[in-house]
Amino acid sequence: MRIAVLRFPGSNCELDTLYVLRRVLGVDADLVWHEAFDRSGYDAVILPGGFSYGDYLRAGTIAAHSPAMGEVRSMADEGKPVIGICNGFQILTEAGLLPGALLRNEGLNFVCRWVSLRVESNKSALTWLLPKGAIIRLPIAHAEGRYVNERRAIKELWRNGQVILTYVDESGKPTPGANPNGSMDNIAGICNEWGNVVGLMPHPERGSERILSPFGSEDGLMLFESMISFKDGRDGRCGSI
Amino acid sequence: MAKDPEGETIERDLIHRGGYDSIRAVRSGKYLRMLVKAEDPGRAKEIVMRMCNELRLFNPVVHSCSVSVKSGGGKGGRG
Repeated sequence: MRIAVLRFPGSNCELDTLYVLRRVLGVDADLVWHEAFDRSGYDAVILPGGFSYGDYLRAGTIAAHSPAMGEVRSMADEGKPVIGICNGFQILTEAGLLPGALLRNEGLNFVCRWVSLRVESNKSALTWLLPKGAIIRLPIAHAEGRYVNERRAIKELWRNGQVILTYVDESGKPTPGANPNGSMDNIAGICNEWGNVVGLMPHPERGSERILSPFGSEDGLMLFESMISFKDGRDGRCGSI
Repeated sequence: MAKDPEGETIERDLIHRGGYDSIRAVRSGKYLRMLVKAEDPGRAKEIVMRMCNELRLFNPVVHSCSVSVKSGGGKGGRG
């Protein structure tokens, strides 16, 4: 298993992601400049968080036209895990690899805090090892994380098991108070129909070590572990569990 | 139509607070001004519209896009 972590101008979570992959999980991972990305030899690719191109025009729009995205699109077509975290999620939606849009937070503020999330589907590369209904804790840090799509399209996502994570309260309910950004249906993460292309606003790389968590949690690790075994065990396709 | 908290805040806390109650809705957005080399204004509009769609300068799920032309703008023209 070899994973590419892309770096765009303005990425700022790529080193944290690389650290978790290499040092915490012990997998082979490379930091790859977006203009030099060649997918051969890679089993998965991660688009990390940050502010690619300064969020000019809209978060993720300019990076969505980066030369790397042709390779990313090919990996998506090959069924390999393509994971977008935060700004990476924004890039994947802007590139049309995931449906919908991520708009300015409803409260207009940058929101940086730990949230509780419920696993709504284990169809995706990031969640297939987790039981449906599990509550995990991860931090978020974004200004443009309000997931929006046509109501009909969101129904379709739910029906297909493509809504993978929602923001919930302590008791596991997706209440308005637990929604940090005004996302429709409290959506925090989605995947494509195959489950191999995944985008999420929370940062699993910041929630993968007990020492970093106010709750002593390391839930982010389970997501990365899912991604690693998704390729190995599933030939890049999801099966329903 | 996607909720526009920036537009709502401008409407509520600036416009209505300033006494302009007749303003019924405000949507915020982006404005890009371009200088286009083309034979005529119609052609310029066509080029820009095609580009906006092709390069997804707007996300059709949540945005709408309109293009207007001013001919002979020279160095960037006027807004």
